[in-house]
Amino acid sequence: MLQIALLVIGVLVVLAALVSLADNLIQIEAKKSGIDTEKVNMSVFPSFGELFGAKIPSYTTKENFHSLKKGHDIKLEGSATGSPEAMNITRFAVKPGNFRGIAPIPKLFSEVGSEIKAGDPLFYDKGNPEIHYAAPVSGEIIEVKRGAKRAISDVIILADKNQQYKKFDIPNLETTSREELVDFLAKSGIWPSFIQRPFGIVADLNVVPRDIFISGFNTAPLAPSYDHMVVGREDELNKALSVLAKLTDGKVYLSLSPKSPSVLKNAKVADIHYFTGKHPAGNVGVQIHHIKPIKSNQKVWTIDLQSVLTLGKLFLEGIYDTERVVALTGAPLEQPKYVRTKVGANIGELLAGNLSEGNNRIIAGDILTGQQVDNDSFLNFTDNQITVLEEGDKYEAFGWLLPLAPRPSISKTFPGFLMPNYEYNANTNTHGEERAFVVTGQYESVTPMDIYPQHLMKAILAGDIERMEGLGINEVLEEDVAIAEFACTSKQPLQQILRGGLDMMREQV
Amino acid sequence: MGLLNFLKRIEPDKKKSPFLHTLYDGFFTFAYAPNSVTKGGVHVRDGMDLKRTMFMVVIAMQFCYLFGTYNIGHQHFVALGQYAGIFEGFHLKLAHGLIKLLPIFIVSNVVGLGIEFWFAAKKGHAIEEGFLVSGALIPLIMPPDIPLWILAVSIIFAVVIGKEAFGGTGMNIWNIALLARVFVFFAYPTTISGDEVWVSGFEKFDEVTAEGLGLAAGAYTDYGWAHSLFNGLFGWFDMSTFQNLTPMVDGYTGATPLSLASKGGWEAVTEVYSVSQMWWGAIPGSIGETSKPLILLGALILIGTGIASWRVMAGMVIGLVVTGLLFNAWDATPFMSVPWYYHLYMGSFFFAMAFMATDPVTAASTNTGKWIYGFMIGFIGLVIRIINPAYPEGWMLAILFLNTFAPLIDHYVLESNMKKRLKSA
Repeated sequence: MLQIALLVIGVLVVLAALVSLADNLIQIEAKKSGIDTEKVNMSVFPSFGELFGAKIPSYTTKENFHSLKKGHDIKLEGSATGSPEAMNITRFAVKPGNFRGIAPIPKLFSEVGSEIKAGDPLFYDKGNPEIHYAAPVSGEIIEVKRGAKRAISDVIILADKNQQYKKFDIPNLETTSREELVDFLAKSGIWPSFIQRPFGIVADLNVVPRDIFISGFNTAPLAPSYDHMVVGREDELNKALSVLAKLTDGKVYLSLSPKSPSVLKNAKVADIHYFTGKHPAGNVGVQIHHIKPIKSNQKVWTIDLQSVLTLGKLFLEGIYDTERVVALTGAPLEQPKYVRTKVGANIGELLAGNLSEGNNRIIAGDILTGQQVDNDSFLNFTDNQITVLEEGDKYEAFGWLLPLAPRPSISKTFPGFLMPNYEYNANTNTHGEERAFVVTGQYESVTPMDIYPQHLMKAILAGDIERMEGLGINEVLEEDVAIAEFACTSKQPLQQILRGGLDMMREQV
Repeated sequence: MGLLNFLKRIEPDKKKSPFLHTLYDGFFTFAYAPNSVTKGGVHVRDGMDLKRTMFMVVIAMQFCYLFGTYNIGHQHFVALGQYAGIFEGFHLKLAHGLIKLLPIFIVSNVVGLGIEFWFAAKKGHAIEEGFLVSGALIPLIMPPDIPLWILAVSIIFAVVIGKEAFGGTGMNIWNIALLARVFVFFAYPTTISGDEVWVSGFEKFDEVTAEGLGLAAGAYTDYGWAHSLFNGLFGWFDMSTFQNLTPMVDGYTGATPLSLASKGGWEAVTEVYSVSQMWWGAIPGSIGETSKPLILLGALILIGTGIASWRVMAGMVIGLVVTGLLFNAWDATPFMSVPWYYHLYMGSFFFAMAFMATDPVTAASTNTGKWIYGFMIGFIGLVIRIINPAYPEGWMLAILFLNTFAPLIDHYVLESNMKKRLKSA
């Protein structure tokens, strides 16, 4: 018996030695041919991730596939369905407040009462007079609304029935220099769509971004599907991507979900990365973190998908056409649906006849990052969603212990975690009062990034600039911590704290 | 809605009587979740709040309360040599347990919450829920015979110096419940260490006093008015009653398994207690820490609901196992040779693991840090238990020690994250 056992062990050892030798030889050969063995597994043994990681679809590679484990999807009633309806909206507005980094009182090009075409400049910022903020529609400027300290809040346009477009002379992409291209884009109205990170400001004309990132899907609560927006617009998409490629020395990255429409999957020029996972996997900041994180002194640009299409149309047809597909969502709506309109449409007109009675809150955007608005307000520059929620201004007997109605939560003390696909009818109640930070690990569990949000918040509250930078403040914007703010047991205002920190950092630069 | 309207009507004025208003606010928000809505930031908030979090911990402790109450009575009668079976004399054991536990619970919460309310009113903020858990934990980690004034003093120390001085719930460095216990441990050591303090309801007579009563010197049952009250009740139903001045059984020491093990190793323990007895918890000890299955049930609730960190608990178990194996290998004293797994049966390891080390405020706050923090508690706690000649238990001191170092552990974890980010720049 013993001899046989020894023999078996001996054979196994010899075999192991042979396999290991082969493995080493492959590694050496790989190094000779210049393959980075850190990134590509050249070993005969599978890596841990290959054995137990997510299955990678055949159309992509390991480097371009990111399976995010952390995060949380808030499922709500009232998601938009069907194909987009065209709506006849009469009033549109451009809101200087939407553009971070410009002065609150920009200079207007034309007076109230003047007629303008879509693409005509409306106003400019004194700090950067080259960048024109353009009219999304043609018509008459009927009002310049002012807010606190005479800051201009809305420039309102009464739209023509038949839209007139300003005709632009399109530079030839092959022959124009980058400077000329930038100059053209700055005057065309599309420039404010470029957002520069860190800080999320309107892109600086003098900066050459390291890379440009586009998120091709949205994971926010009740977020619109991008299918309707891109179907049939391949040419515009590809044209725009080739324009973007000229603006950066690096790459143009397009992040998709495996469920994205084939128009996006077949996009040319861009480097396509795939992400799976819960919200905030669709946030461009999270995607940047996994594709190529922002290091100190680096600047990247992002642009939203609908603006990419506007850019494409500008180069194909020479017009600034800000068409937007907007999802009207939320349980209090009679009929949640998609509508086709333009940037800055009036919210009251969009919701006309669709809003049921009751004490409701209208949110421009999604429930995590959106802004509370009323019927007189207008869509923000990058909004592609309106959410309506019931106000939660009611007392609830022992509501903290025995809630009467189901409510979204990441906590397993509610039975909801057993039904991950249940759609909640959420309201705006705070479900508790603000407290000091007590629970730990909660923000990390919903933030799929290698950062410590709670410690970052504490560093911001302490005003420690160096620590804020070290803990990754340059990699995040409000939308990236919004899900952590939702989950926070202590009901802390994380987005507000983060903005304070970003402003502090910006002053330092 | 009648009750709600009534409550709204009796709301005291905030300016005129801040203390009453704070008190009112505390109870009102307990009865009714407030009607406040989100403003700026996210529009929908998670249903979880601090009240619910804290209350879940209190719920997880209830098994320990049930068994602890009964065990006070059981140990009392074991010392008398009566009702040796666990369910014999059920009514007497339960009555004695309640008589001992209720005053401790009431004093803990009245003193602790009183301080909390006063500070909340003084600082003008809402009452925070931190003491809900501390107030429930403190009775469970005290000996049943703790003098109430000592308890009160220890809680005043823990809450005022340990918490309010640092800024209230969420700001403290050390675990409040353990701080109260460690105060008693150093200020009044005779009430919380040694063999005699774990069994309640006895009075020791020296020869002179005993002679005056016509008795031999020794320990006798010492009952008060509450026991007489129960006697009346039990007598009415024709049940057995408490007998005052019953002598303690000859040779009964009340020594805990740990104190036996520290002197004579595992053999000395098994001479007095069986393994299953120690596992189920029918042994002398602090009120709530003896029954291992019930503590583990609470721990499972905490892990299942995600309220307590499983990383800290797992780290502690690994720390204990590794250290236990090291001591087994060293094998210099009888206590060191106690097999590592039997350390789980003796003392309060599980209680410390489930309810004490996992306090999120005082534990390490990063996930990597939690592993290190847990492991170090397991390691240091067992070292204190085995090496310390004076007191054979170490979790309280180990956790307080690691509470102190938790920010340092986090500091290095964060530093490595920051270095990674800045290095690759």
